[in-house]
Amino acid sequence: MGEAGGVTLDADLRLDRPGGFRLDLRLRVAPGEVVTLLGPNGAGKSTTLRAIAGLAPLTGGRISMSSQDWDVPPRRFTPPRDRGVGVVFQEYRLFPHMSVRENVAFGLRARGVDRHAARRRADEWLDVVGLRDHSGHRPHRLSGGQAQRAALARALATTPEVLLLDEPLAALDVSTRARVRAELSRHLARFGGATLLVSHDPLDAMTLADRLVIVEDGREVQSGTPVEVATRPRTDYVARLVGLNLLGGNATGDSVDLAGGGRLVPADPVRGPVWLAFPPSAVVLHATEPHGSARNHWPVTVTGIEQHGNTVRLHLEGRPTVLADVTPAAVAELRLAPGTALWAAVKATEIRAYPAEPGEGGMAGGAG
Amino acid sequence: MTTRRVRRRIPVLLLVPALLGLAVLVVPLAGLLVETPWTRLWPRLASAEVWPALRLSLWCATLATGICLVLGVPLAWLLARADVPGRSLLRALVTVPLVLPPVVGGVALLLVFGRRGLIGQYLDAWFGVSLPFTTAGVVVAEAFVAMPFLVVAVEGALRAADPRFEEAAETLGASGWYTFRRVTLPSVAPAVLAGTVLCWARALGEFGATITFAGNFPGETTTMPLAVYLALESDPEAAIVLSVVLLTVSVAVLAGMRDRWVRRAA
Repeated sequence: MGEAGGVTLDADLRLDRPGGFRLDLRLRVAPGEVVTLLGPNGAGKSTTLRAIAGLAPLTGGRISMSSQDWDVPPRRFTPPRDRGVGVVFQEYRLFPHMSVRENVAFGLRARGVDRHAARRRADEWLDVVGLRDHSGHRPHRLSGGQAQRAALARALATTPEVLLLDEPLAALDVSTRARVRAELSRHLARFGGATLLVSHDPLDAMTLADRLVIVEDGREVQSGTPVEVATRPRTDYVARLVGLNLLGGNATGDSVDLAGGGRLVPADPVRGPVWLAFPPSAVVLHATEPHGSARNHWPVTVTGIEQHGNTVRLHLEGRPTVLADVTPAAVAELRLAPGTALWAAVKATEIRAYPAEPGEGGMAGGAG
Repeated sequence: MTTRRVRRRIPVLLLVPALLGLAVLVVPLAGLLVETPWTRLWPRLASAEVWPALRLSLWCATLATGICLVLGVPLAWLLARADVPGRSLLRALVTVPLVLPPVVGGVALLLVFGRRGLIGQYLDAWFGVSLPFTTAGVVVAEAFVAMPFLVVAVEGALRAADPRFEEAAETLGASGWYTFRRVTLPSVAPAVLAGTVLCWARALGEFGATITFAGNFPGETTTMPLAVYLALESDPEAAIVLSVVLLTVSVAVLAGMRDRWVRRAA
């Protein structure tokens, strides 16, 4: 069910909005592929979805599905109803005055399918998402997770070529989120068309995506598989999301001169502009200057202390400025408080070094 | 310690005019009920002169309301949603009949639909149709006066309605008309109902435009309000009986609407 042929979404999105916001993003989504746009609020993720759905006309560029043009300003604009898109909105937007079944059948009825056939297809979809028992209910009686599945069934029932999901898990509470995420992942895997999903939550994005596109200020700043992005962040935003210290610098010999000052030695040989990434847990603290194997050590001052689950996250100012995760016992032992002077150390083998791309400005980076 | 409810004194300068205002609104209606010949009410109601007028009134008001619904709801949608130039001017024009003295409306209708009128001369020449001084004229006059009530009520609801559902319908492949019928209209149904009731009540009570445009021919254009006016000169008791009937209908309409509001709030 849901096989929708092999049509690739190809979009060169340019959209200027009054107030100075500018979207400039190239996207290709192959059939069967799940691409997730990840970025902070206001980065232009939802605008991207609205442009592809036809709810926000482009001001430049082009959106095509294989050979068919959907939006080529100023000469061509296909209205939403004539595009093969299914949209799952952030607040689901189930029609409140219709039953769940009528909601799912709506797209088919709108396209001229007769009542009985539409209802039968709707029931099949409700079976797929496990909502058959709720088919006669009004949407307000559904839980958040159920409403999301109903919205998904409604979007898929019209067998779209492109499925667009805007923050599909954002409206759910933490307790149901993991389960709904797993179900959604299963349904997306079965969908044969191109899927574009928007999220600001790294866990949702990492688990649901085949490929991540990180968007900041209307532009792509990084893309790749979730593993690539998680292990080799290229912006402070991504580094914060995946919980890594990210430092830009220039490699000379076997050491790296950091953009923000200081010098580190990674285990891997590198050359030229590079990124260095290491987890906060790799940072070891000493009350006095350490002697021994750790070649990377430098004086720091504690500027912030936060409890994170079972660990304590320290903001350490120095050259470089980094985040460190330590145990509450270590906090007590070292008598840590804002202003405490310490020595930080990182083993060379804990530091991942990878080349910065041209124009990326690895030299400009700093700690998160 | 128990809290004491202390009654605040109402300023006399507010209380006196307030009570006078209440009296202005209530005393005439109470007077009508006091003067009603309750013992002879049923025989009078059963008499021949009441029923034709009442039947004509109900028919014309209902027909006029039907016309207002068919034309007024799309007009409300146009004013609320469509991208038309000069929308605020259109909106103002639509509300003019609300404040216009109905007699003036009747005169205007005569000038347009009269046998020599702007449109009337062609209606007469091409179709042999003449609206003034006919039952159809009553319906037109009532629709003219009552439609703004419906348009204003529905337009307000449409402007307050959430357009995001319409977007969702559009992405599901719905045409503009299908979206309107299945998504927009149901979402403003309570306002359409309230507007319809108001519109019907206004049409039922219409006097000025009707008597100017449609005249006063018993059985053909003499609606209840006209009958009341006529009877007042010849048979005051009949006028009172007819008035009580109209008052009853009005109160019933009001009660029906309140019921609706209570149910919506629940």
